[in-house]
Amino acid sequence: MTSGGFFERLQMGLWEDNPGLVQLLGLCPLLAVTTTLVNGLGLGVATLVVLACSNALVSATRRWIRQEIRIPIYVLIIASLVTCIELIFKAWFPALDRSLGIFIPLIVTNCAIVARAEIFASRNPVGASIADGIGMGLGFALLLMAIGAFRELVGQASILSGFDMLIGGEPFAGFSFADSGLLLAILPPGAFFALALAVALKNSLDHRRRRERR
Amino acid sequence: MSQQSVIKTGATLAVIAAICTTLVAATYQVTRERIVANEKALLEQALQPALAGVFYEGGVSESRLVVLPPHGLPGNDTALIYRVYAQDKPVAALFAVTARDGFSGVIRILVGVEFDGTITGVRILQHRETPGLGDKIESARSDWIFQFDGRSIGDPEVTGWAIRNDGGEFDQLTGASVTPRAVIGAVRDTLLYFNEHRDEIFAAEATEDSK
Repeated sequence: MTSGGFFERLQMGLWEDNPGLVQLLGLCPLLAVTTTLVNGLGLGVATLVVLACSNALVSATRRWIRQEIRIPIYVLIIASLVTCIELIFKAWFPALDRSLGIFIPLIVTNCAIVARAEIFASRNPVGASIADGIGMGLGFALLLMAIGAFRELVGQASILSGFDMLIGGEPFAGFSFADSGLLLAILPPGAFFALALAVALKNSLDHRRRRERR
Repeated sequence: MSQQSVIKTGATLAVIAAICTTLVAATYQVTRERIVANEKALLEQALQPALAGVFYEGGVSESRLVVLPPHGLPGNDTALIYRVYAQDKPVAALFAVTARDGFSGVIRILVGVEFDGTITGVRILQHRETPGLGDKIESARSDWIFQFDGRSIGDPEVTGWAIRNDGGEFDQLTGASVTPRAVIGAVRDTLLYFNEHRDEIFAAEATEDSK
């Protein structure tokens, strides 16, 4: 895999090789926390930061790391970064931290992050690795937000509920459009339906584009 | 692997581990104060509803008293008592106690009692009662828990602290009688304990954090 320019890397993460839509990695947090747009945004940003930093560190140390111990080193780096992010969330976004709960520490187990360390960062220079981390992280975060927004709109008929968790202030129930929504969207099956719709949408867009090009 | 490469590999691991530990320790140092402050604010916020209409000075959480079993309070767990004062005079006490005779699992209850023995508010901190039936003890789900406000031993008398079916003066919940019985009993026993130990409770030194 070549490193390519920054925007090519960004495009790979956002669309061509999106960790959620194409690689189908990190589905556990993706399905679990996307009940609202704000939750998706919170976990998305946390994952993005961890991914960019872990790619940078793995790439920077790649010349000194022997093959045999690379996995423990990745785990060490990722676990430390996630612990730092968790502390930062607890300090500055306590409400969001409570809302995301166990899924912040569980970023450690997001295989999308180890996958990028192994596939990309351990073989490419620091700059390209950071670009890859940002691209993949953004792709994952935007998917989390899209699914979160969809489930919140359909399930609760509101949007941006819990926005106060990001900026502080009075609890905010979100902009509401109706008294109640379709409960199924909020329940776990709703997450699978939403992801399936997103994957189908991407595939059909790709398909159409390819046909036009021919 | 030769012995030399084993040592080299081990050293690499140790260096990386040291760097990562430093990173975490530094972040911990930077965030520690804010995290403690956030947790305290959350606790104060959680305790607030049981102290409705009470004027007091200072925070609630500093005055924590840890009461180890055996004690006369409901439940066989460690109980917590928070005390609030105004101008160094005791104003009210908050009890975090456990009811063990609920329908499923323990019910953790917060009881606020004014100095004269009147209830300022009762809230459920944690429970696993049946959704739709027993969970109406939550303040968010029904008004049931508010019927304790302003009551004391004497209003009604000890024998009246039961649901109406049992000859008491408190409302029951449709489809659930075990849950209300447990909550009413725990609140009553807390009041009895308060009346008996009031002066001790307010005179005791706050329990230090065991850290």
